Amino acid sequence: MTDSKYFTTTKKGEIFELKAELNSDKKEKKKEAVKKVIASMTVGKDVSALFPDVVNCMQTDNLELKKLVYLYLMNYAKSQPDMAIMAVNTFVKDCEDANPLIRALAVRTMGCIRVDKITEYLCEPLRKCLKDEDPYVRKTAAVCVAKLHDINAQLVEDQGFLDTLKDLISDSNPMVVANAVAALSEIAESHPNSNLLDLNPQSINKLLTALNECTEWGQIFILDCLANYTPRDDRESQSICERVTPRLSHANSAVVLSAVKVLMKFMEMLPKDLDYYSTLLKKLAPPLVTLLSAEPELQYVALRNINLIVQKRPEILKHEMKVFFVKYNDPIYVKLEKLDIMIRLASQANIAQVLAELKEYATEVDVDFVRKAVRAIGRCAIKVEQSAERCVSTLLDLIQTKVNYVVQEAIVVIKDIFRKYPNKYESVIATLCENLDSLDEPEARAAMIWIVGEYAERIDNADELLESFLEGFHDESTQVQLQLLTAIVKLFLKKPTETQELVQQVLSLATQDSDNPDLRDRGYIYWRLLSTDPVAAKEVVLAEKPLISEETDLIEPTLLEELICHIGTLASVYHKPPSAFVEGSRGVMHKRLPARTGSGESTESPDVGTAAGGSAPEAAPSIIPSQGDLLGDLLNLDMAPPTTSGPPPPTTGMQMGGMDLLGGGLDSLMGDESEPLGGDIGGSPAMGAGFGAAPAVMPASLNAPVGGGLGDLFDLGGVGMPMGAYIPPKIVWLPAMKAKGLEISGTFARRAGVIQMELILTNKAMSVMTDFAIQFNRNSFGLAPAGPLQVLTPLGPNQTIEVSLPLSTVGPVMKMDPLNNLQVAVKNNIDVFYFSCQYPISMLFVEDGKMERQVFLATWKDIPNDNESQFQIKDCHLNSDAASSKLQGSNIFTIAKRTVEGQDMLYMSIKLSNGIWVLAELRVQAGNPNYTISLKCRAPEVSQCVFQCYEAVLKN
Amino acid sequence: MIGGLFIYNHKGEVLISRVYRDDIGRNAVDAFRVNVIHARQQVRSPVTNIARTSFFHVKRSNIWLAAVTKQNVNAAMVFEFLYKMCDVMASYFGKISEENIKNNFVLIYELLDEILDFGYPQNSETGSLKTFITQQGIKGQHQTKEEQSQITSQVTGQIGWRREGIKYRRNELFLDVLESVNLLMSPQGQVLSAHVSGRVVMKSYLSGMPECKFGMNDKIIIDKAGKGGVTNEAGKSDLGGGGSTSGKQSIAIDDCTFNQCVRLSKFDSERSISFIPPDGEYELMRYRTTKDIILPFRVIPLVREVGRTKLEVKVVIKSNFKPSLLAQKIEVRIPTPLNTSGVQVICMKGKAKYKASENAIVWKIKRMAGMKESQISAEIELLPTNDKKKWARPPISMNFEVPFAPSGLKVRYLKVFESKLNYSDHDVIKWVRYIGRSGIYETRC
Repeated sequence: MTDSKYFTTTKKGEIFELKAELNSDKKEKKKEAVKKVIASMTVGKDVSALFPDVVNCMQTDNLELKKLVYLYLMNYAKSQPDMAIMAVNTFVKDCEDANPLIRALAVRTMGCIRVDKITEYLCEPLRKCLKDEDPYVRKTAAVCVAKLHDINAQLVEDQGFLDTLKDLISDSNPMVVANAVAALSEIAESHPNSNLLDLNPQSINKLLTALNECTEWGQIFILDCLANYTPRDDRESQSICERVTPRLSHANSAVVLSAVKVLMKFMEMLPKDLDYYSTLLKKLAPPLVTLLSAEPELQYVALRNINLIVQKRPEILKHEMKVFFVKYNDPIYVKLEKLDIMIRLASQANIAQVLAELKEYATEVDVDFVRKAVRAIGRCAIKVEQSAERCVSTLLDLIQTKVNYVVQEAIVVIKDIFRKYPNKYESVIATLCENLDSLDEPEARAAMIWIVGEYAERIDNADELLESFLEGFHDESTQVQLQLLTAIVKLFLKKPTETQELVQQVLSLATQDSDNPDLRDRGYIYWRLLSTDPVAAKEVVLAEKPLISEETDLIEPTLLEELICHIGTLASVYHKPPSAFVEGSRGVMHKRLPARTGSGESTESPDVGTAAGGSAPEAAPSIIPSQGDLLGDLLNLDMAPPTTSGPPPPTTGMQMGGMDLLGGGLDSLMGDESEPLGGDIGGSPAMGAGFGAAPAVMPASLNAPVGGGLGDLFDLGGVGMPMGAYIPPKIVWLPAMKAKGLEISGTFARRAGVIQMELILTNKAMSVMTDFAIQFNRNSFGLAPAGPLQVLTPLGPNQTIEVSLPLSTVGPVMKMDPLNNLQVAVKNNIDVFYFSCQYPISMLFVEDGKMERQVFLATWKDIPNDNESQFQIKDCHLNSDAASSKLQGSNIFTIAKRTVEGQDMLYMSIKLSNGIWVLAELRVQAGNPNYTISLKCRAPEVSQCVFQCYEAVLKN
Repeated sequence: MIGGLFIYNHKGEVLISRVYRDDIGRNAVDAFRVNVIHARQQVRSPVTNIARTSFFHVKRSNIWLAAVTKQNVNAAMVFEFLYKMCDVMASYFGKISEENIKNNFVLIYELLDEILDFGYPQNSETGSLKTFITQQGIKGQHQTKEEQSQITSQVTGQIGWRREGIKYRRNELFLDVLESVNLLMSPQGQVLSAHVSGRVVMKSYLSGMPECKFGMNDKIIIDKAGKGGVTNEAGKSDLGGGGSTSGKQSIAIDDCTFNQCVRLSKFDSERSISFIPPDGEYELMRYRTTKDIILPFRVIPLVREVGRTKLEVKVVIKSNFKPSLLAQKIEVRIPTPLNTSGVQVICMKGKAKYKASENAIVWKIKRMAGMKESQISAEIELLPTNDKKKWARPPISMNFEVPFAPSGLKVRYLKVFESKLNYSDHDVIKWVRYIGRSGIYETRC
């Protein structure tokens, strides 16, 4: 029997015929008709008119026919919602069938029918199927919850399906576990707030056990889910790694890549001197190489991922150069990717081999590939100095082939080689000049012109060469025009006597005859420079050029970290974060690698929980223009050298200059440390108002306690309690080794309501550093510099300067992990450096954080108990009053105190700069050095950080 | 996850279209046709992004399979799934062709419903699929309750690849060690890269749920046993002739991957390969070696350009294995320039022919014993051209088959235990065969 005949019926009046056949009494005829309907549906014909007739065939004991009808229903139910109801009865009946295959089929299909009325009827059968005795039905029902959630998320929550789904993670059948994990992961992605995938050591253990037993696909679901977990410490991290490594020998490449992802991520947490760390590195190489013997499409995915891995951890594959050699029959996409990786792995040890290969490739057929190979030769020269000479001679050989695009590509890279090694290879210039005529691509023409200008004094006929380009000046692309202008000016400065006419000509072409503003401006600048001060012009135009970097096309570090968390997925294939190509809320959560701390601040998985991200800073009056993406800003590097509107007070210990920019008209002396009492009293409300962050948006109900708060302040002040906020000791954030001689250490402080980043900059390099600027990446609480970094004098070698930078909390927000992590970029005249540091969250505790008792009581009750977390503070020998006053210094306010059976209960409130309230209950038992603290907050993820602050404040 | 799956013929007409997610519309079907199948240039990537929708495709003969998604899916998984889908279809109806797909479209829809749920791949082992998805499609009604629950427990179970209650009168198993040896050699005879990728394919006809243990001359195991100095086997190999031979008798495996039936954690901890095999034919493991490879043939090329219109080519091949063994199906392919006008060939052995359509001289030898040598010489006449571009001189490639494993891999044992049934390891008839084939075996000239 062949089914292909169904594809060929294209007569007119077909629908009528089909209708008749569908209503036939003969079973065989009915089935034939349904098949025809499905075939028409496949090729895109509209057969929705047959809906009632097809649905009538649903009541059958023929499984094949039933499946076909279901297929039809899934396609057309949405367009005929009222009719679709007709099918409900059969579904409900099928869900009770004795045959588990039919029960599963019914629940699977029902989930695919996206009609509201049907989903209502789905709930009961689904509930039963989730607890079905047969694992096949349960695994199907697990996925059905995800389907239903996609249609009506609220319904799923209301019906309690999420809890049932969570229970399935402990199911005895591995496939049920795997599907439940897949469904939960998907639901969690669109629900960043919920703590759905409650990953903890126990549940992780269950997943790792199921990993050994389920299908290859199930293993992928589980590994991808594991990758979202952040282990508590390096030991846990190691034990998970040990249990994941066997997966590297799986025949399914996706299992291998997902395992690599988990290992790459968790490896971050292992100390580098650990034996296991190096063992793990060694174990990663062979499976990655094996991926290259898979089918070409998978090779492509693997290579895109290896490209990331090589950038993150070059040591893994440094000895495996040969496996990336291109095979003659590789598809072009595999060839291009291999080439990329070859360049990244090129080193002095293997450069001879690499060059021999690249030379082979440069004679292949595919133009893109050949160009890339030629470019690669140039990159080798720049990367491995010892090979430069060989590279140049290889390039010259290639130029001799006279293949047009090879010659042009070679000239472009030779220009870069000249930049990197000036005055070394100019002997080749003659050869280059022979090929002037064949250059027709702007990039190659511009490169050639640059070379001529740069070496004008050694090329006898440089003026003739440049003049020849000048003839068609207006037909050239901008790139070439700009280059030609500069080259002729260079030539003029080098040989002023003979080329005056030429320079006049180009200047007039650029300024008078051109419509391009860039070109015109550059022309005018040169013109004025030359006419006012030729010596200065020489200094400007013929200045020493900055070095070009060895590595090109490197992925920016924060993006690289994110992509490492997405190994195996589309993001890693595109080398773009998911938010760049996924619509809607899914997958936009940025993932980060865990920090190598060992202590483990965060127990949250990066996928779950919003933190401050959800409760973004309230609409405070925008005084400081909010920074855009750090990346963009740093690339443009338009950070102006420090400027202030008024002269900064030079004598105060604190640098308040930046505050002037805020326009608050604050007296900068207000915050002086020498007057703690006055400073605080006058400071908090007034400064707050000036700052515009917190009180301006204070809820009306809180207005009353402000007065009380002030009174308290007076009271406390009267008693002479210590008022200083806790300031952690300064630590080194950026060692000099990593930043070309610039060492940065620092801490954070909150003084008079202003958050300060206090920095010590030390120049340990040999040259003077200037032009400092600072920039933060988006972070959990929107911290951003409130003014420029005030380093007014150049920093000489071995000099140190202390700077304090006022911070605002109105910057862009992105949840970080850990929550209080801050990624900072510092720029100076040498380079841009990145480091990350963690600020004590007490910096964000605002001065008006004292809640009224009634409000406190109501809020405490209002926050669900799930959000409560309890911690122990050990070895603290303060009595409750001392503790209370110490905490008050850091804006943790005691609202009430109760004593029950010798135990002091302190109730406290804290308000964060973004308006989040944290309520605390601190229990202190006389004679017991261990305090118990319970924290309640609507954004429970801050609790951990708050607890750390308590500990730090109380112990200092 | 996968949002939809389409199958097209070479013209871009859709043969199968199954949508799993609401975010994929009918227009996705057309987008892929227009942008990829009908695109003028060569395919530059197996993953294409069109209007924020990602398409993954593979091609089998002239059939396109495309998976579509709008999410950040696991890309490796999607491709693995597409390959698996091809395997499943092939095991149901043979070659993947337009005709076969049209003839079986109902079956394909049924399979797609079963192995992909809401875009999540489910059990896709043909062994268990065939127990309840049949081409007759009527099996469902005649099953007893026991049969049904047996099916579901197998599909979802820990040993999804084997059903219970298999019985054979004669317990028998076949092991094939199939290797493909890959080489890239410089004209001067320097090995640029060489590796063996091997597969161990097993055909098992065993009753019950047998527990198997597979052993080979893996260097790590042999060394471990040698260090312990207890086992006899290791002792023997040491007696065999000191350190140098024991090195030859064991091989260093760079990496290996296993069928999902193998207990990976056990391999990781003890390096022992134990499993309950699927019934019938399957691939037990794949491995790769790069050290001490026996290269069965050496190709020595000599190309001389005589003026602008003539090339002289001489190629010598030498066989490098025991004289008692015979290599078969030897084929040497010598590429010729595009502007070749005529070729004269003289060869000592076999037959050689110039194939203009393939731009190559193909030299075939049926059999050749070890430690022999043979030669071909050819004169190639060229048409004068004004094409400046030099001839790229593609490498000379070779095909052959030899009756040994070029990696040196040896099967040491395959033990079968089935405690519930009354047959023992000794009763099982076992066959082992080694075949070495050329992979990409190229010498540059």
